Amino acid sequence: MKYDKDSYKQVVDEYTPKNKMLKNCVWAFIFGGAICLLGEIIKNVLMSGFNIAEQDAGPMSSVILIALSALLTGLGWYDKLGKIGGAGTVVPITGFANSVVSPALEYKREGYILGTASNIFKLAGPVLVFGYFSSFIVGVLSLLFS
Amino acid sequence: MNYLMSFIVGGIICVIGQIIIDTFKKNNAYLLVLLVVAGTFLGYFGIYDKIIEIGYSGATVPLLGFGHSLAEGAVEEAASKGFIGALSGGVVKTAPGVAAALLFGYIAAVIFSPKGNK
Repeated sequence: MKYDKDSYKQVVDEYTPKNKMLKNCVWAFIFGGAICLLGEIIKNVLMSGFNIAEQDAGPMSSVILIALSALLTGLGWYDKLGKIGGAGTVVPITGFANSVVSPALEYKREGYILGTASNIFKLAGPVLVFGYFSSFIVGVLSLLFS
Repeated sequence: MNYLMSFIVGGIICVIGQIIIDTFKKNNAYLLVLLVVAGTFLGYFGIYDKIIEIGYSGATVPLLGFGHSLAEGAVEEAASKGFIGALSGGVVKTAPGVAAALLFGYIAAVIFSPKGNK
């Protein structure tokens, strides 16, 4: 079969996004799964190695993941992982941490207060606004229907 | 078994996120907002508790779990403190994560310099 430039492009357009999406999903599964697995491992180590109660070990494990993510983002490695892992690096709590550190780093040249500190919630701010908003709604709902 | 289920459930949630990213092609902030709000209401209706029973950290580490904690805190404190609890509960429950992100984020930003990649 022969293709001219246009029909070739048409064929490429038809197939590229779908294949890319499948590939992206596989990587997202692997990266996301691995980060969650790491969280579970940290939690178990905290519980069995440091005798921390299960209800404290969960949040502590999240805090450790956040610290790791901040470190990796600072080193510039998290963004490299994100290019492969896609949503696998965005959806876990480490992605939230990454969205805090990235603008903080980016605006560093505008100063430590008006640059870093002002812009630290540039991406994560919406998450907190809508998160706290829906949390309040849920709290009120639970008061009304209890 | 916990490890396997964490990997699988966490992976599946991230695949859902990837499908949303690839379908709507919006900024990641939209996905994060969607996940937190969805997690809050899934938490309120008790659906997310069942997912956590199956997936352990695979369910708590993704941002949906953050939403679930918000709902859990709001419902718990609303029961004990009333209206003020509904306001503060979610914030209190998720405070360690948010504080850690702020603190470590700021420290990282002070120590490291931007690498110039987008």
